[in-house]
Amino acid sequence: MIGAQTPLKVSIAATAASIVLVLVVFELVRSRRLRERYALLWLLTGFVLVALSAWRGGLNTIAGWLGVRGYPPAVLFAVGLLFVILVLLHYSTVISRLSDQNVILAQRLALLELELSSPDGERTPAADAAPEARGS
Amino acid sequence: MSPERRIAIVPAFNEERNIGRVVAELRAFDPSLDVVVVSDGSADRTAENARAAGALVLRLPFNLGIGGAVQTGFRYAWERGYDLAVRCDGDGQHVPSELPKVIEPVVAGQADIAVGSRFVAGEGYRSSASRRVGIRVLAAVVSAIARQRVTDTTSGFQALNRRALELFAADYPHDYPEVEGMVMTIKHRLRLVEVPVQMREREHGRSSITAVRSVYYMARVLTALFIGLFRRHVVPLEEA
Repeated sequence: MIGAQTPLKVSIAATAASIVLVLVVFELVRSRRLRERYALLWLLTGFVLVALSAWRGGLNTIAGWLGVRGYPPAVLFAVGLLFVILVLLHYSTVISRLSDQNVILAQRLALLELELSSPDGERTPAADAAPEARGS
Repeated sequence: MSPERRIAIVPAFNEERNIGRVVAELRAFDPSLDVVVVSDGSADRTAENARAAGALVLRLPFNLGIGGAVQTGFRYAWERGYDLAVRCDGDGQHVPSELPKVIEPVVAGQADIAVGSRFVAGEGYRSSASRRVGIRVLAAVVSAIARQRVTDTTSGFQALNRRALELFAADYPHDYPEVEGMVMTIKHRLRLVEVPVQMREREHGRSSITAVRSVYYMARVLTALFIGLFRRHVVPLEEA
């Protein structure tokens, strides 16, 4: 055999940890604390990590491709980090959308309050036109 | 059956070219039917055209997606005490003259929710091969979970009584609600029936589900259905 091998104990520990991740995500979705649309990326992360951890031959081969000579499990770190970055980036876009929507909600609330408090409930004609339609 | 109040709920996203006609047809079909259009963050004149055609309009300030839009209509219907709600899409593919078929089982007390299916009769709708496969798979999965044969899991042509309205006003799936909604209905022991209806091809604009998205769509729906299997309380009415 040429090249370093993944130690069995490392493989077992990493597999166990990845399975725990998948189970935790599953449970969060099941109990409705995490929405399914935000769980998909996490589930994908978990499945990829399970596969790479449990399949030592594959991990060694991939490490060989990437030129990781000394310690194949380093690839696990790299893959894990990549997915964490992806998840964070995804969340950044989600937060941006939420704050845009929050602004729109606050503005609409202010307009409605004025409308409710004005004496004869007069409407501004502009209320019918919809300037905002972002999001989703 | 006239003392009961009926409402049509029409979700619409950028349907300015179709919505006026949809509303007009609904009102012409049954003048006693109230029509509420939920404009889901439309950037065009959907809301104005719907109002001009005589509909009540709920204008969402941004796009919530079909589930959130439809649920807005369900909440309105529930809170205003309507006895029967029909849901039809704002793109004109649901024909008002088919409404009696969908309403009938609910009014007769045979079902809490009746779904108009394009496929019960095995005819009346053409679509691409990949979409047909997807439709079959979803129908098979939902039928297995529900232990009841269903054929059209993505139909938005539905009639609901107050029991069904109560459920959906409190909790309705977000992204692809028809499929999960069917499973929810059955898990809550509401009676669901499918009735054969004819649908029209879209007149203007295009459907929200494109070919590229359908794989992703299937993955998400199947994941949601799978996880749903493990939920004990299908509906946790909003927790504190």
